[in-house]
Amino acid sequence: MPDAADTDWPDQIYDLLKAHGIRQVALVPDAGHARLIRRCLADNTMKVVSLTTEEEGVAMLFGAWLGGEKGVLLMQSSGVGNCINMLSVAVAHRTPCPMLVTMRGEYGEFNPFQVPMGQATPTVLEAMGTLLNRADRPEDVAPGVDATLRLAFNTFRPAATLLGQRLLGAKTFGR
Amino acid sequence: MSAATVAHNAKRLPRAGVAKRLVARIGDGPAVIGGIGNANFDLWAAGHRARNFYMLGSMGLAIPIGLGVALAQPDRRVFVLEGDGSLLMQMGCLATVAARAPRNLAILILDNGTFQITGGQPTPAEQSGTDLVAVARACGLHRATWAADEAELDRLIDLCLIEDGPHAIGLKLDDSPPERQTERDPPQLRDRFMRGMGAKRDRTLG
Repeated sequence: MPDAADTDWPDQIYDLLKAHGIRQVALVPDAGHARLIRRCLADNTMKVVSLTTEEEGVAMLFGAWLGGEKGVLLMQSSGVGNCINMLSVAVAHRTPCPMLVTMRGEYGEFNPFQVPMGQATPTVLEAMGTLLNRADRPEDVAPGVDATLRLAFNTFRPAATLLGQRLLGAKTFGR
Repeated sequence: MSAATVAHNAKRLPRAGVAKRLVARIGDGPAVIGGIGNANFDLWAAGHRARNFYMLGSMGLAIPIGLGVALAQPDRRVFVLEGDGSLLMQMGCLATVAARAPRNLAILILDNGTFQITGGQPTPAEQSGTDLVAVARACGLHRATWAADEAELDRLIDLCLIEDGPHAIGLKLDDSPPERQTERDPPQLRDRFMRGMGAKRDRTLG
């Protein structure tokens, strides 16, 4: 049975979103974010928007900032690939774009299709000017997410925390 | 009701007149987001307003940007000018908008049937007869309608100002070029808009 301290990191992320005044949460669902998404949906001060593709979220966060609100984008590493060109929006205009990315295609992955984008995720994000940190242990999550939110909102750029597959537990879909 | 107007009998409006007609009609309060290419050039040529934003790149994102703005300032009307080519690149956003249903958002689809800025190549929708307003309605934007002519455009803009949306208006445009091009300085465009929106009030220098 895992220790509560090992499994309550989604609640710690939620608390950080509250502490940083996040009002818009854009997401394409991922199982790794399920608990955080439930917390956000239960919060009437957060506007949670389910996207059809992740790049809509980059634009929505930009619009939120233009209108005076803070947002965050939740997605899986495969979604990072969908965002590449759109990250120009945050770089060209010098605006925050905090992303919390649940990783696939690394530690213990079973699906070969997840590996190329999962392995390319840090490279692609950095190539588009994103500052990164990784969380592979529960105790890494809160400091990493806090750092990402601070970097994004104080230095006006894309920033991301990669939530490692070792933290999330490798998916098996029953296999 | 204008829902009876279908794509093939909507009048092709002179493109330069549409943005001018919009900004003349809505006053100073509403925000207007001009999408990539000629959509934002038209807005710029219509005369700068403090609450105009011009999207210079990343095709297809004007509507999701408008969604973020509309959610951030629910008491302000937000108009988005988006071209047909851009909408085709990000058509899923119509469902995203319909699901969230911001009542203060209005989308103007500027449909000339071509990728005009790159030489007037026909869009796949033009080639296939795709009716973008019908697509919007099918995505759940039940009020989406073609504007039959200038007079109806005026009436529909007025409705966007007084009735809850989300709204979507389809406009068939001619192939005339934009009158001017937007100054390409994204941080300045962003900063001006934020100040116009009161989003940087606490950090204004002067």
